[in-house]
Amino acid sequence: MQKIGVFVCWCGSNIAATVDVKAVAEAARSVPGVVFSADYQYMCSQAGQTMITDAIREYGLTGVVVCSCSPRMHEATFRKAVQKVGLNPYMLEVANIREQCSWVHKDMAVGTEKAIMLMKAAVAKVQLNAPLEAGKSPVTKRALVIGGGIAGMQAALDIADAGYDVDIVEKNPSIGGKMAQLDKTFPTLDCSSCIVTPKMVEVGQHERIHIYSYSEIEEVKGFVGNFDVTIRRKARYVDETKCTGCGACMEKCPMKKVPNEFNQGLDTRSCIYIPFAQAVPKVATIDPNYCLKLNKGACGICSKVCAAGAINYEAKDELVTEKYGAIVAATGFEVIDVSKYDEYAYTQSPDVVTSLEYERLMNAAGPTGGHLKRPSDGKEPKTIVFVQCVGSRECCDPGKGELRGGKPYCSKVCCMYTAKHAMLTKDHYPDTDIYVFYIDVRTPGKNFDEFYRRAVEQYGVHYIKGAVGKVTPEGGKLKVQASDLILNEQLHIDADMVVLAAAIEPSPTARHLATMLTASMDTNDFFTEAHPKLRPVESPTAGVFLAGMCQGPKDIPETVAQAGAAAAKAIGLLAKNELVGNPCVAHSDEWMCNGCSQCETVCPYGAITYVDKEFKMPDRTVKIRRVAQVNEAVCQGCGACTVTCPSGAMDLKGFTNKEIMAEVDALCR
Amino acid sequence: MSAYKVTQEEVLAVSGVDPKKCMRCGKCSATCPAYDEMEYHPHEFVAMVEKGEIEKLAQSKSLYLCMTCMACIQRCPRQVEPAKLVEAVRAAVIRGKGATHLKPDALPDMLDPDLPQQAIVSAMRKYTR
Repeated sequence: MQKIGVFVCWCGSNIAATVDVKAVAEAARSVPGVVFSADYQYMCSQAGQTMITDAIREYGLTGVVVCSCSPRMHEATFRKAVQKVGLNPYMLEVANIREQCSWVHKDMAVGTEKAIMLMKAAVAKVQLNAPLEAGKSPVTKRALVIGGGIAGMQAALDIADAGYDVDIVEKNPSIGGKMAQLDKTFPTLDCSSCIVTPKMVEVGQHERIHIYSYSEIEEVKGFVGNFDVTIRRKARYVDETKCTGCGACMEKCPMKKVPNEFNQGLDTRSCIYIPFAQAVPKVATIDPNYCLKLNKGACGICSKVCAAGAINYEAKDELVTEKYGAIVAATGFEVIDVSKYDEYAYTQSPDVVTSLEYERLMNAAGPTGGHLKRPSDGKEPKTIVFVQCVGSRECCDPGKGELRGGKPYCSKVCCMYTAKHAMLTKDHYPDTDIYVFYIDVRTPGKNFDEFYRRAVEQYGVHYIKGAVGKVTPEGGKLKVQASDLILNEQLHIDADMVVLAAAIEPSPTARHLATMLTASMDTNDFFTEAHPKLRPVESPTAGVFLAGMCQGPKDIPETVAQAGAAAAKAIGLLAKNELVGNPCVAHSDEWMCNGCSQCETVCPYGAITYVDKEFKMPDRTVKIRRVAQVNEAVCQGCGACTVTCPSGAMDLKGFTNKEIMAEVDALCR
Repeated sequence: MSAYKVTQEEVLAVSGVDPKKCMRCGKCSATCPAYDEMEYHPHEFVAMVEKGEIEKLAQSKSLYLCMTCMACIQRCPRQVEPAKLVEAVRAAVIRGKGATHLKPDALPDMLDPDLPQQAIVSAMRKYTR
C-alpha cells in the first residue's frame, strides 16, 4: 500500500481564484492511500518544495501528487525535489489544475469539482506507479557532417576546434558547395571565393577533420551517441593519396565536351577533372559517364601522362563504416528547373538564364572570365530584365492545372542577390539599362534594405512593381511583355538578356537521407526542427542537428550562425561521457507478443526489432517464437506501438495501460 | 438595363475562384493580349471582385474584350484564374438582363451539321432565362 502526499498549489491567484484549494486538499484526505495533504501559495518556490520534502521524511511518503500547473512547466522541478530526499522521481505525478482547469473555468464550484477529480485521477495513477531507472549509454566522441558547403564546413570547424574528430561526407569531388560558385556576397559585396576558399583550406588541413569527398551516405544505424554509418566512397578512378592535382591529365584528356557543372553547364570541361582551381581536396576525378577508357576500352591517355601513377581504371566503390556520436545534416539546396516556365523562354533562348548562371557569367573564374557576355553571340547586353519569384510563392494545388515545380514559400535570398547583380552590372557597365520586376521587395536583415535602396537611388536600376508575362525571342532580342502595376500599364521591353530568380529547393538527396536518419521533413522536403522557436537547430530525432538551407531558405550569415549553433549542440552531446535516457519507454511482454510486426511498422524512430527467441513452454518443450524487442536508447516514448499492438503486449513504462485505465476509472467514479 | 444586380456571392459561387489568394503580382495583366483595349485590366478585375465592386465591372466594356484565351489562368502563380471571374460576371450580366435571347424555335434555322451539340446546349443555357 502506497503512502501518498497531495500538495495543492494556489499559483498566487492563478488557481486559487477559480479553485477552492483548501477544499481540494481537504477532499484528498479522504482518498484511500493519501496520508497527508496541504496547500500553499507557490509550490514551486523553495518553501513549497521544502514543504514536500519535509512531508516525505516525516510521513514516509512513497508517492507524491502535486496539483499545480502543466507538467511541461514544473514536473522536472518537483521530480528533482523528491529525488533529493530519496524518493524515485517517477513516483511523482502532477495534476494539471491550472491550464486544464482554473484558466478555463469561471465558476468556483465547477472549477473545484474538476480539480478534485483531476487530483483523484493522479492519486489513482501514483497507486500503480513503479520506480523507474533511466538507462545509460556511452557516447562515441566523433561527429559526422553531411554536406561540405558553407554550413557543413562551419559546423565541422567549430566541432573540430572544440577537440572532437569530425568527418565530412560530400557528394561532389570538392567541398565548397554553392558559395564557391558565387561571385560576390551581399550586402558587403566582398568576393565570395576570397572568404570561402580559405575556409575550405582550413577544413582540408585541420588535423581533426577528415573529408570523404565524392562520397555518399549508404546506411545509418544506431541512435544518439552511437550511430553506425556506412559511407559509399564512389570510385573516382584516381588514387587520392597519390594525385598531386597538377592538372596534366585534364590538359591531355581528349574528351573535353562534358558540361561543366561548376559553371552551371555554360561551358564544358574535360572528362577527368578538378572541378575548380581552389578545389579541396585538389584531386582529379574521372567522370564515368564520358570516359572513353571506361566505356569503350580505348584512350587511357590520363594514365600515361600521370607522373604520380594515380590513375586506376579498375577502381570500385568502397564502403566504409564509422561510428559517430552526433550527426549534422547540411545537405543544402538546388535551384529549381525552370524549363516548364516556358513563358520566360528559358528553353528557347540561351540569353535567358537563371540567377546562378548569371553569377557564373559575372565571375572572374567563370566561363567568360568575368566579362559579361550573353551566351548566344558573346555581345555585351545593353538591356537586362530581372524577373523575381520564378517558381517561388506559388499555389500548388494539383487540382488546378499543371504543376510546374513551383514552391509555396519565399526563397528569401533572391531579392538581395538580384539587387547585387544589378549593382555589379552597373558598376562594370554603367550604360546598361536594368529592369527588375518584383512582387514585393523583401529585404529584412542588417544593411539589407539600404543595399536595395542603393540599387534604386544611386545606380538607377528600374524597379518595377509587376510581373513579366512572356518573353519572346525575336531578331536577336528578347521581347519582354510585362505589367507595371503602379502606373497601370503594360510594358514592352526589348531586352538583350533575361535573368530568372528561380526558386530554391532542398537538395534532392535530402529525402532519402531523412529516411535513413529517421529525421522528419515538411511537405517541401526541408528538415523539420524539434521546435520551430526553441530548438531550431535540432531535428526531433535525438543526435541529429540541422544547418543551412536543408532546414529552410536562408542566406550565408544565417547559415553560418545556424551551423555554429548546430555545432554547439553537437559539442554539448559529445562532451558527455554517457547519456541518461528517458525511462518512460516502451517494453514488450514477450509472452504476450504474437510477432505480428505492427509495432515495428508504426514506430517512427526505428526502435523496435524482431528476434527469434527460445521459450520454455509450460509443457516442458522448447519453442522458438518471433517477438518484439525495444531498443530503449532509441525509443522516445511516443506510445504509438502500445495503441497499435493487438495483443496488448506493448506497454509504456510510466504510462502503462493499467495506470491510464486507473486514471480514467477515477475520473468516472 | 433591368434592375437585376450581379452580386459578389453569385460571381464567387459561379466562378469557384477565391480572389483572396491573389498576391498582386500582376502576371495576369502582364500576360493579357487584350490589355491595351481594356478599361479594367485582369489584376484590377480580381481586386474589384474581392472588394465587391461588381457593379462597375458589370457596366464595363472590358467584360466583352476578354478573349478567354486563358493565358492568365495558365500563368497565374497563385492559381487565382482571373478569366473565370470575367466569364462569371459576363454570364451573370447576360442572365440578369432578363430577356430570353435565344428561343428554341429559332434553333432549326441556325443549325449547321458542323456545329457541336455542346455549343447549342451551352448557348441555350447562356442566352435563355
